[in-house]
Amino acid sequence: MTFGRETDLGVKAPAATEATVRLTIDGSAVDVPAGTSIMRAAALDGTAIPKLCATDSLAAFGSCRLCLVEIDGRSGFPASCTTPVSEGMVVRTQTPALARLRKGVMELYISDHPLDCLTCAANGDCELQDAAGQVGLREVRYGYGGANHLAAQRDDSNPYFSFDPAKCIVCSRCVRACDEVQGTFALTVEGRGFGSRIVASADEPFLESECVSCGACVQACPTATLQEKAVAEIGVPDRSIVTTCAYCGVGCAFRAEMRGETLVRMIPWKDGKANHGHSCVKGRFAWGYAQHGDRILEPMIRSRIDEPWRTVSWDAAIAHTVAEFRRIEAAHGRHALGAITSSRCTNEETFLVQKLVRQGFGVNNIDTCARVCHSPTGYGLKTTFGTSAGTQDFDSVMAADVIVVMGANPTDAHPVFASRMKQRLRQGARLIVIDPRRIDLVRSPHVEADFHLPVRPGANVPLLTAMAHVIVTEGLVDRTFVGERCEIDAFEDWAAFVAAPERSPESTETFTGVPAADLRAAARLYATAGAAAFYYGLGVTEHTQGSSAVMAIANLAMATGNIGRPGVGVNPLRGQNNVQGSCDMGSFPHELSGYRHIGDPAVRALFEADWGTALDPEPGLRIPDMLDSAVEGGFKALIVQGEDILQSDPNTRHVAAGLAAMECVVVHDLFLNETASYAHVFLPGSTFLEKDGTFINAERRIQRIRRAMSPKAGYADWEAVQLLARGFGLDWNYTHPSQIMDEIARLTPTFAGVSYERLDAAGSMQWPVNSEAPEGTPTMHVGAFARGKGRFVITDYIPTDEKTGPRFPLLLTTGRVLSQYNVGAQTRRTENALWHGEDLLEMHPHDAEERGLADGDLARLASRSGETTLKVRVTDRLAPGVVYTTFHHPATQANVVTSEFSDWATSCPEYKVTAVQVSPTNRRSAWQDDYQAHAKNQRRLETTSP
Amino acid sequence: MTRDEKLIYMANQIARNFAYLGESDAAAATADHLRNFWDPAMRRTILAQLAAGGEGLGPTAKAAVLALEAAA
Repeated sequence: MTFGRETDLGVKAPAATEATVRLTIDGSAVDVPAGTSIMRAAALDGTAIPKLCATDSLAAFGSCRLCLVEIDGRSGFPASCTTPVSEGMVVRTQTPALARLRKGVMELYISDHPLDCLTCAANGDCELQDAAGQVGLREVRYGYGGANHLAAQRDDSNPYFSFDPAKCIVCSRCVRACDEVQGTFALTVEGRGFGSRIVASADEPFLESECVSCGACVQACPTATLQEKAVAEIGVPDRSIVTTCAYCGVGCAFRAEMRGETLVRMIPWKDGKANHGHSCVKGRFAWGYAQHGDRILEPMIRSRIDEPWRTVSWDAAIAHTVAEFRRIEAAHGRHALGAITSSRCTNEETFLVQKLVRQGFGVNNIDTCARVCHSPTGYGLKTTFGTSAGTQDFDSVMAADVIVVMGANPTDAHPVFASRMKQRLRQGARLIVIDPRRIDLVRSPHVEADFHLPVRPGANVPLLTAMAHVIVTEGLVDRTFVGERCEIDAFEDWAAFVAAPERSPESTETFTGVPAADLRAAARLYATAGAAAFYYGLGVTEHTQGSSAVMAIANLAMATGNIGRPGVGVNPLRGQNNVQGSCDMGSFPHELSGYRHIGDPAVRALFEADWGTALDPEPGLRIPDMLDSAVEGGFKALIVQGEDILQSDPNTRHVAAGLAAMECVVVHDLFLNETASYAHVFLPGSTFLEKDGTFINAERRIQRIRRAMSPKAGYADWEAVQLLARGFGLDWNYTHPSQIMDEIARLTPTFAGVSYERLDAAGSMQWPVNSEAPEGTPTMHVGAFARGKGRFVITDYIPTDEKTGPRFPLLLTTGRVLSQYNVGAQTRRTENALWHGEDLLEMHPHDAEERGLADGDLARLASRSGETTLKVRVTDRLAPGVVYTTFHHPATQANVVTSEFSDWATSCPEYKVTAVQVSPTNRRSAWQDDYQAHAKNQRRLETTSP
Repeated sequence: MTRDEKLIYMANQIARNFAYLGESDAAAATADHLRNFWDPAMRRTILAQLAAGGEGLGPTAKAAVLALEAAA
């Protein structure tokens, strides 16, 4: 694709309507939907009316007076952006009078604008420059010596973009983008008339303001006032390629704008169906890790983990790995081998890794990092609805009347979807937040939750059951939906169960921590206020009752008929870019792709015929089982692709013991991550910019990622896996990831209609894509559930065995922040570290005061598993008795503290409930000291004598 | 927890979550769960623990492991 700005139609599309209007623009008959503006109608007809304050991501504003037109029968010169079309209207966009007016307006703008176009970062990519050309500006009669803003001070505080008010034309596109698109309301126009100027927050530097660096303002700016620093440094891009962000599960589509093999900037793609042209600080700006000097670009091996690494060729690394795995298999059997796929890698790579294990190793010891996040979603939604996926597309939120956000923090973890959700909330949708913390969504500009239910960590299930109690006992069940769509006997059993007095809000208040009256009112709101949608995250799944909580949410949705249409549903917000896809691809040890059990002979036969080998019919080991088995001496060899289990998995000491007990650990990653300190082989990975493939986001949307530059280490990850497979004697001959997708489609009914050709034509598709749904499935379970009838499941409350007591009186829960991403391997290697340079322990003022701790003090955080030291942030976001931290930094290693308790059905760890004590300290923990020394030692490279 | 202790803990935890089904059905559901999600080596280990007396296994979990044994 050659470079060029995306087409800007100037004004948003009107609300969907079937009514059309015919008008004439410059003599050409044009048919457009009713409500369309003249500017947009002209643009759709190929006529670009000059404009400055208008852009099609924002509502029409009508301030720049450049887009004036003449309309037959109307006096004056109306602004085309704010004037809607009408039947029979006759419009002229270019007349002598209009030309004079526009030139006069442009003269005024340019009289207060620096004439430094040749050295301006936006030279060649500036709408002001374009508009001056469009109107034929040849002189500025007023001169440049009058009062002006040319000496206004530039703000370079933000690491990614600069703000140069000298270039500002005060069109307020940035302010409106911050308001309408992002919903942060961080920018404003201060002053009036000639004194008007754009300021961030209360006239603060951008970095210190409320700005969240989403980039919407930069994208909206028609001049170089808000400008990416990378463009200033590198120059205007000369080509672009559409791809998909590799951070969270929203799956934003971007244009990777390049010069040669250098990435200049990432611009959110307007046609991206998940993000509609919006972005967050991570996807928009935090891609510097892809070129970071820490990347390892050559394979390395070593015999023992206390030896320095030795750089070798790919051939040598593959041969060493194969020899080691063969040796271990001969000594300990094939069940000593396994692999972990990554939710950061593509579907094609994930599919190949699980195929390598099943076809090549002859076992099912394959698992994925979804084990530790959304595996309960898989179990819960498959059991109740029949398939392991969220029910809606993201756009569905715009039809929701009630939004429940539970155990999720969308403004930090899924920011682009949060912006969309906030748009709907500003339109009047009601909001219920269920979370131990008062997350930003509870109260932010123009958004306020009707209810914040500050559930005590570990009490999700009784809270959800109490909501069900209210719905059943107050007669709020949608009997028609339940009667037609669900198994009625199971419903009756469930209804009797939840209706028991001991499950009422009043009876459970003492352990949920939620006032019964609030819970009752929230349940009534959910059941009665129209289309109601649940959005949930890891605060639901990462518990010993994670699967039960997911099923409890599904029960509520079925009981109230909130399934099978836009605006409703059960929507897991997936943490990583390809959590959904890695699960879909057969990464779990008991399932082949499409969630079909390995024990099913018919399913197995399909794969056996295609792969030409018999498959083991028994489930393999899950990640925690692999580690347990390793400690006991059974499991010996592991390939870990794109995951850092030492930092991300619970009870770090146990993970370390498991890894240390293995005889060959292969890490395939961009960096020498923490897990690599226990590895014997390191295979250098490729970033999402260096390969082709697909990701699947939280709404089941299959999207292409496209190679924008060559793999820096020589091979894309799918090629590296193929090298390994061939080393193990498998006759794999893929020459492009599209062939892997063809195989996936051939073997997976829900992907039967997927191909790269179709994805490229459609932009993206939501599975199932097959003969029943050839164009994909935005909304699932319409008319019938995937399993036929929906199944209510009784979710009894089995409290966690992680108990508070005198030694550990507080409950720790963990999460992530906007600027950092999971273990931070990517974001810590970007300027995002400016916002979050270390993990902090949030605690309530009462808890802090009781312990003699003040904001910024060092504190010892100790649990039954271990202890670490980190700084305290005192905040009343949390209830007394609950503390919170993030897990982004290996120096902290918050998972030293978390326990090994896990979800009863899936073994997903209980990260969200750990009994802890906090006390003042003046030093790091012994583990931190030991681990730092260990990690430094394990990262040594072999040096050769001169 | 040792691995043996952990497997017993996990089996009991699964059984407790199926307890609403009643003793007999809960045991069957637990056995199904172990068959569907546990690696054969894990099942062999818990069968061996049962053979050694099954100390720590609750009644439902014990019945589930017995069902596994019967089907083996």
